[in-house]
Amino acid sequence: MSDITLNASAKVAEAAPRSAPISQIGFVGWMRANLFSGWLSTAVTLLLAYMIVRWAIGFVDWAFINAVWSVPNNQTQACRDLRGTGACWAVINEKHRFILFGTYPYEEHWRPALCIALFVGLYIVSAMRRFWRKELALIWVGVLTLIGVLMWGGVLGMPYVPQERWGGLVITLILATFGLALAFPLAILVALGRRSKLPAIKALCVLYVELIRGVPLISLLFMASVMFPLFLPEGMNIDKLLRAQLAIILFAGAYLAEVVRGGLQSLSKGQYEAADALGLSYWQKTGFIILPQALRLVIPPLVNTFIGFFKDTSLVLIIGIFDLLTAGKTAIIEPAWQGFGIEVYLTVGAIYFIFCFAMSKYSQGLEAELNRHGRR
Amino acid sequence: MSETLDHIASAARTDAPPAIMLDKVNKWFGALHVLRDVSLNVALGERVVVCGPSGSGKSTMIRCINRLETHQEGKILVNGIELSDDLKALDDIRREVGMVFQSFNLFPHLTILENCTLAPIWVRRMPKKEAEELAMEYLTRVRIPEQAKKYPGQLSGGQQQRVAIARALCMKPKIMLFDEPTSALDPEMIKEVLDTMVGLAETGMTMICVTHEMGFARQVADRVVFMDRGEIVEIGEPNHLFENPQTERLKTFLSQILRGH
Repeated sequence: MSDITLNASAKVAEAAPRSAPISQIGFVGWMRANLFSGWLSTAVTLLLAYMIVRWAIGFVDWAFINAVWSVPNNQTQACRDLRGTGACWAVINEKHRFILFGTYPYEEHWRPALCIALFVGLYIVSAMRRFWRKELALIWVGVLTLIGVLMWGGVLGMPYVPQERWGGLVITLILATFGLALAFPLAILVALGRRSKLPAIKALCVLYVELIRGVPLISLLFMASVMFPLFLPEGMNIDKLLRAQLAIILFAGAYLAEVVRGGLQSLSKGQYEAADALGLSYWQKTGFIILPQALRLVIPPLVNTFIGFFKDTSLVLIIGIFDLLTAGKTAIIEPAWQGFGIEVYLTVGAIYFIFCFAMSKYSQGLEAELNRHGRR
Repeated sequence: MSETLDHIASAARTDAPPAIMLDKVNKWFGALHVLRDVSLNVALGERVVVCGPSGSGKSTMIRCINRLETHQEGKILVNGIELSDDLKALDDIRREVGMVFQSFNLFPHLTILENCTLAPIWVRRMPKKEAEELAMEYLTRVRIPEQAKKYPGQLSGGQQQRVAIARALCMKPKIMLFDEPTSALDPEMIKEVLDTMVGLAETGMTMICVTHEMGFARQVADRVVFMDRGEIVEIGEPNHLFENPQTERLKTFLSQILRGH
């Protein structure tokens, strides 16, 4: 075998540059290399293509062509006749307000609707790098306060709405946004504390992380809703949503702290030393040198955790808070609408997907942009 | 060559009070005794080159001077201030002592200009505009002003090290420490960094430089310190030290260095 290479050492005139054979580049080349590289791969490709097309046609038939979009006065007979062949989107048409706003008073629905719009606006503004200034923190405080005022009411002629009547998408957004917005700074402090030279601070941070990580979120929520009130003095009562929110913040904080710590640990010692040698103080060093680098290194696991917690807020259903998923589930309890779970869960799933996919896509773009200059 | 040497010898002001004083400094890494009774005075404006085999404690010694490492016994005085657990004193010292590292340690997420202006703005409380002008002045002096808007990752090793020198100079330090500044560089880039350091030496900066570049030592050093196994073995003028080594250890070291070149 090796003789061949040895014999091939004759001098060759410099070849004129030419492009690769058409059969190996472009769309045709890609298809050939990836889909039809042998008889087995060709067979699998054809089989899968057939199944995908069959399924897609079936789905379009069910979801669009045979679907019922609305029915008058809860008369679901038309829907029931079509079961299995067509979707009954009438259930969404009928119940969308309940799914979005829960049992919030009907004539006040503009308030949670405005809150959802405010949340989405806040996400969009925060996502744009040109708004990354100190003022952004003030905008967050302002908007979150405004959302609280809108939801509770009791001022400016808006009737008071107790927390028990809140529900739907707006609850999910409240739990996720307040949860992550407060858990993230907490996580940074804990991650820094865990690397502190001061033994008391370090021990406290380790204890916090290990205790919280050692129990499931569900048990924390139970503790928040059942046990916590027992410790409060007679007559004092903290809102159930607030307790669930606290549990979520503490839980997310512990997980995010470990993610942030991973970023802190992956920085080279030289970065710390260079900052020290320049005479920067601890907080200057942390704020200007260490965190900006550590956080951009952990964007993928950070967003992973964010997405996980966005969905984990649905666990509050076990303590009787009506988030998006629970509202969807409750919407089909009414006899007239029983049996249309697929449509409702698809819709709820789509809403979750939009938020999570947006986060995921955004983080990919952010990662590419922030790491554009290469590391070191 | 001899003219430059004369010029440099006269620049050394040995009668001035010491900028740095190490008095019987000892340090251990666990059980390893890395600095043994190290005593050294460096006068203001003096240029000292520290050489020695790897693991001889030379980097540890200069890292003790701005307390990147803490010594366990003995006294270190910088500009008359003693290094201790007093953080205020440490801040005062670090402000006056610039350091250049073997691996550059530029901040990769900041532009060259931001690398240079960060400390003057936040430690020296200099207005941003003034800090930028100062940074451009030093970047011009290390001959890379045109790279100011780039990021460290876009520069060659030699350019990065020159930026690191400019960054340290922007704090207007009285003393500069160099920890093997050319050891991580490709051979063709060593010269540009050494030229920058020679230029700096000619301004009368107090410098302590750990390096294996014997040509550099001969050209700018007032004194050469040879360390081995945590001790200062010999101190002397470069020509004298290199041509008449008094100890077997220095002879061995010099023969190894020369063989390497």
